Amino acid sequence: MTAYLITGAKIVGGDVADLLIENGKIVAVGTNLDAPKDAETIDAQGLIALPGLVDLHTHLREPGREDAETVLTGTRAAALGGFTAVFAMANTDPVADTAGVVEQVWRLGRDAGYADVYPIGAVTVGRKGTQLAELGAMADSAARVRVFSDDGDCVWDAALMRRALEYVKAFDGVIAQHAQEPRLTQGAQMNEGALSGVLGLTGWPSVAEEAIIARDILLNAHVGSKLHICHLSTKGSVEIVRAAKKRGFEVTAEVTPHHLLLTEDLAASYNPVYKVNPPLRTKDDVEAVREGLADGTIDIVATDHAPHPVEDKDCEWSAAAFGMLGLETALSVVQQAMIDTKLMTWADVADRMSYRPAAIGQVGGEHGRPLEAGAPANLVLVDLAAERTVVPGESASLSRNTPFDGMTLPGKVVATFLRGTATVLDGKLAR
Amino acid sequence: MRHLLSAGDLSRDEANLILDTAEEMRSLADRPIKKLPALRGRTVVNLFFEDSTRTRISFEAAAKRLSADVINFSAKGSSVSKGESLKDTALTLQAMGADGVVCRHGSSGAPHLLATSGWMTGSVVNAGDGTHEHPTQALLDAFTMRRHLGSLEGRRITIVGDVLHSRVARSNVLLLSTLGADVTVVAPPTLLPVDMTSWPCATSYDLDGALAKSDAVMMLRVQRERMNDAYFPSAREYTRRYGLDVHRMAQLPDDAIVLHPGPMNRGMEISAEVADSARSVIVEQVTNGVAVRMAVLYLLLSGSNDTTEEQTA
Amino acid sequence: MSPAQSAESPGVAQPQNPAARTVLDASDISRALTRIAHEILERNRGADPVVLLGIPTRGVGLAARISARIAAVEGQSVPTGSLDVTMYRDDIGLKPPRGLEHTDIPAGGIDGKVVVLVDDVLFSGRTIRAALDAIGDIGRPRAVQLAVLVDRGHRELPIRADYVGKNLPTSLVERVTVHLTEYDGTDAVLIADKTKVEA
Repeated sequence: MTAYLITGAKIVGGDVADLLIENGKIVAVGTNLDAPKDAETIDAQGLIALPGLVDLHTHLREPGREDAETVLTGTRAAALGGFTAVFAMANTDPVADTAGVVEQVWRLGRDAGYADVYPIGAVTVGRKGTQLAELGAMADSAARVRVFSDDGDCVWDAALMRRALEYVKAFDGVIAQHAQEPRLTQGAQMNEGALSGVLGLTGWPSVAEEAIIARDILLNAHVGSKLHICHLSTKGSVEIVRAAKKRGFEVTAEVTPHHLLLTEDLAASYNPVYKVNPPLRTKDDVEAVREGLADGTIDIVATDHAPHPVEDKDCEWSAAAFGMLGLETALSVVQQAMIDTKLMTWADVADRMSYRPAAIGQVGGEHGRPLEAGAPANLVLVDLAAERTVVPGESASLSRNTPFDGMTLPGKVVATFLRGTATVLDGKLAR
Repeated sequence: MRHLLSAGDLSRDEANLILDTAEEMRSLADRPIKKLPALRGRTVVNLFFEDSTRTRISFEAAAKRLSADVINFSAKGSSVSKGESLKDTALTLQAMGADGVVCRHGSSGAPHLLATSGWMTGSVVNAGDGTHEHPTQALLDAFTMRRHLGSLEGRRITIVGDVLHSRVARSNVLLLSTLGADVTVVAPPTLLPVDMTSWPCATSYDLDGALAKSDAVMMLRVQRERMNDAYFPSAREYTRRYGLDVHRMAQLPDDAIVLHPGPMNRGMEISAEVADSARSVIVEQVTNGVAVRMAVLYLLLSGSNDTTEEQTA
Repeated sequence: MSPAQSAESPGVAQPQNPAARTVLDASDISRALTRIAHEILERNRGADPVVLLGIPTRGVGLAARISARIAAVEGQSVPTGSLDVTMYRDDIGLKPPRGLEHTDIPAGGIDGKVVVLVDDVLFSGRTIRAALDAIGDIGRPRAVQLAVLVDRGHRELPIRADYVGKNLPTSLVERVTVHLTEYDGTDAVLIADKTKVEA
């Protein structure tokens, strides 16, 4: 295994220093380090070193939709975005609702080797919302599933949600809820407001998200389990979570990069690349989720990377699939939305995109650790001064549905290391 | 202007040009030879993804009177139902050399996509998209009102019914306000969009309060199925509160007219006596539809699409 | 969708410019129209079969003036209307779409009548060809005649005028402009060198 000496990097939350990586671990951080002769030196002057990013919400599409993404292509995109761990959502085909499927996904991730893949298990059989899946079997499998979600659909039945929250206490699991009241969002196409009325697109009202979040926070308080809110998107949701946390209720929440940057106005183009669930919201909502992320109300950024083949986006709006790519652009979007606006520091970014998602996903031993001697060598080097224009065709993903097409975003991942192995070097896949 | 996608895209001058041109087209309808050579050699495709015999026939008659070659592509029961995408359909039309595509689609924004995707180069006329817009319907409504009321400047027009799901209402509110009319939409709160702050019109839940101040009242079709989605309790209650019957009609000023885009639910939003009364201009709307669509097709398709020529001609 | 006016079409008011010179003034125009009115009556042995159709824009004004002169002479008015030929032009597909002018066919129609088309300037003859096609879609006159205020030559089709106010030899770089009081505030026919006007 190659040893690496990274010189002159600004260590996030610390000083400029050298990092010595050997045998998958960070063995030393400091100056004048005693590197082995065959160590490869990486000049990191002007770059910032962050802990490897952790994405709690990725759609890798395998098994079932290998035309959209595979574990291999999805984790390549993850590595290029600076991620060393991704949590793979359960809405595959077959659904990841058994030990067999989650183990398959987990092994595919290990074989690919670009990022650790942690499967998320479905809460209910087939994600149909009627019967609990074998959560325990998935927890006990080789994949050691701890996060469960029917993402794509809401666990809308309050009694079932209650049971799921209770049941996962036995193995310290967490239920990640896709908060969407289904009856209020039948046929919904975009954020409900002045614009949806003008465009004649069925509205997806904020209250459909907020009502479920409020309900589930109360349910969780009643049973004392772990609740995580997926892709929180509205001002009202931020206020509910903030108030709940203030009162001591247990809840964690995520926001996606696209909800930090984009607004519903884009729907006026009727270009389905902007169709996503939950939908892009208003400027007020964007400001609120930024504030919520900055003050810790929202715990983490998670990409909701949702690849779709061209034909599912190259069509009329109502026929198009929901979802956007996110892995390769997430860090840049956060830089633009949170750093350039001075709402957060890079130490905050490390917290929201590495430490906390690793903690929620319970992979804190391997991922989301500060860059210190003895920690696994999961890290990313970023050139903050660089800029790049997003070109969908350049994505490592099999899909092209990035809403940032043509936008110039700040920052560029230069290198990513997964347990001491370079997955990305000079901004390109290392192998 | 290359396309007609939204009534909101029309300036007052453009809208008046269409209406004035339609006026000429309508007078031509009285001639022994109704055919005009303006679109000779041009191909107009009626691309209908939704059943709408009335609108399709109206566009077909308009195109044929202008001597265009007309191809009817009824996507229901054709390759589209076998899964052919809008894109492939558009590429097919492009390969056939369609100069104009008249598109009716159940998905809001589909004509917009046809016009902006680069799949085809022809002009696109929105013949009704989802719950978005139906600009030629609004033009024919405005045309009909103008013939009866004169200039629409300051005229008070009331639109009643399922505004939430109505493409006719959207296009009419935009066009009529562009033409200077004072528009009020009246509906039960459940059938109005939740936020109408950007609409250039007033809103009301009270039909009786609006009628006495209306120079024209337009009744929208209300589908009985909406009842099942709890938009209103029953057809009977809807009719009682928002239907136009002879008693309500009596509140209208003497010269006021009654419009309906059709097809009507007689006995639901409009009573048979009202529909057949002297105030009703519903049949005339259909006649005017052809003239207005002739004007639109003529103005979009008769000339060269080369915009640079506009500078040098 | 704006109605692009063709700068080539005769009769469009041009900005006054020093390069233009007047070839017919108000009294010249008046005399020419009076003569044309008499010629029409002479040739058709009275006003009975005659229908005047002006070609918009200025042909309509000229038709009205001729009509008034005939009424003054004969004590009887002739049916007078307008005929828009926009949709019959052979260059319709080559230029941006234009708005239509008003077509007004007198109540008695044109079947069996002598239609006298009235236009301001006869140039290539293409407008008159379009007018003949338009007439064919309206009815079947016994004969069609043509009256123009100015014939400037350069015909591209085998068309000639029956009544001419003034034959005006021109070169192709010249522009002939007709001003009439009802449209332009003054009566005059101007000629200008296009190259100098646009310089």
